[in-house]
Amino acid sequence: MRYLKNVLYFIGLPVLLVVMWWALTLGPTNFFVPKPLVLAQTFWDVWVGERFWTDFVPSIQRLVIGLVATIVLGVIFGVLIGSFRWLRSFTEPMLEFFRAIPPPVLVPLLMLLVGINDQMKIIVIVSGAIWPVLLNTIEGVRAVDPVLSDTSKTYKITGFPRLRYLVLPGASPQIMTGVRQSTSIALILMVISEMFGSSSGLGFTIVLFQRGFAIPEMWSGIVVLGLVGIALSLISQFIERRVLRWYNGLKEVQHDG
Amino acid sequence: MMVNHPEGIAADSTGAPPMLSVKGLRKVYQVDGGEIEAVRNLTFDIAPGQLVCVVGPSGAGKTTLLKCIAGLLSPTSGSIELRGEPVVGPPHSMAVVFQEYGRSLYPWMSVRANIELPLKNQGMPRAERKKLVDEALAAVELSHVPNSYPWQLSGGMQQRVAIARAVAYKPQILLMDEPFAAVDAQTRADLEDLVRNIWQKLGVTIIFITHDIDESVYLGERVLVLSNSPTVVQEDLTIDLPVERDQLTTRSSARFTELRAHVYEQIQLAKAGTLTGAVPVVKKRRK
Repeated sequence: MRYLKNVLYFIGLPVLLVVMWWALTLGPTNFFVPKPLVLAQTFWDVWVGERFWTDFVPSIQRLVIGLVATIVLGVIFGVLIGSFRWLRSFTEPMLEFFRAIPPPVLVPLLMLLVGINDQMKIIVIVSGAIWPVLLNTIEGVRAVDPVLSDTSKTYKITGFPRLRYLVLPGASPQIMTGVRQSTSIALILMVISEMFGSSSGLGFTIVLFQRGFAIPEMWSGIVVLGLVGIALSLISQFIERRVLRWYNGLKEVQHDG
Repeated sequence: MMVNHPEGIAADSTGAPPMLSVKGLRKVYQVDGGEIEAVRNLTFDIAPGQLVCVVGPSGAGKTTLLKCIAGLLSPTSGSIELRGEPVVGPPHSMAVVFQEYGRSLYPWMSVRANIELPLKNQGMPRAERKKLVDEALAAVELSHVPNSYPWQLSGGMQQRVAIARAVAYKPQILLMDEPFAAVDAQTRADLEDLVRNIWQKLGVTIIFITHDIDESVYLGERVLVLSNSPTVVQEDLTIDLPVERDQLTTRSSARFTELRAHVYEQIQLAKAGTLTGAVPVVKKRRK
């Protein structure tokens, strides 16, 4: 019963919007505004079949590789920078500088340096998406409770065990916040990296359709991106609920008390 | 009779080599705008198996002393020796129970995992670990909640978990830093008896830091009264109450009242003594 209610809440607004959209486009419409039924038909025709393998899958592969690299590198460097004060003072000005550069401007540069290939696209994703994970990890590592840190020292939990049992779990709420933000940036950059000099991928396909005035097809690509966004958010919620079970429970207790 | 050692020599006279020996301990914190002398000169020995309470006015550098003994802070001068070995970092055979129980247990681990972690970290085999954890849980009467998270338990129960973790670790010396300051009076009485109980069963040396005069007299075999900051040993007092203690009869005995009054007097003296010294007392915050 509760499950059913949640499902209804989840699909309620989308259904409402589609119905409104359908009603508003019953009459004659602008060429660039598709009708829901036409779009649904186009969606099926375009994305179920060859394009799924030639454009959707490569995009998702690059996104996943980019995101994994982002998280791994962000956490490693975040732990290092967060653990050593001198390293923090040393790197902070550079971090601020690189963070301020909008990643899309790196695309032309990387095209020249790396070439037009998958590596370039992955580097674009990582270079833009790493900041939330990196900065949140630094903060999380710095905020490890001093009492818990002393406790670990007195029990001789140092070095790698300290990282595994104290630092990483302690920083995990902030790391997860960073991962969530990085995920949405990675999706945006995946599309942008494919819009320039590319021959496959969702971003490439959308631009291709737009240039050929295949308007419903273009819209169907945008719908695919929206669905990918929902899927990513569901996956990260699922992981978060498992990894941060203790944290959510602790917060609840503290709010009651 | 009361034994008074103003010069700070151990009240213990068994002649055995001391478990812990603190000589001329001084700790000065560097802060913005100069130095703050938290501990001036502390010298005392603690015999193996003794239960010593350290009591002093708030801000007397009790926590500084504990952190120095635990190897978490290095003294400015003076020496600390544990079984004849100088303390330079956290010693192997020592466990510490902190006041902030909510912040000394790993909130992402179950009660069992919290107690088990130091043993696991030593590379102890699983079966042995399980046995020690079960024993420790039984000793603090928490055998029914091994899989709960610490924050699901009451404050007193959380502190029991911290004590169980220390007990399972089988330390030779157990440091407790105002462990019951943040729990309610009833729980506190129970926990005091628990500490006496564990001490008697395990024969571990315990240094129990508190600001509560009654608690120090009730728990200790010996009470070290610290002066106000900058700290010296104001008095070293042997508590000649019977070994078997009871919240009701012990606390209402004439001797208890006498000792309590004596410690109270000493604390008042300690407070008054610093008015001439007039050194600002800053609690060191570590970040």
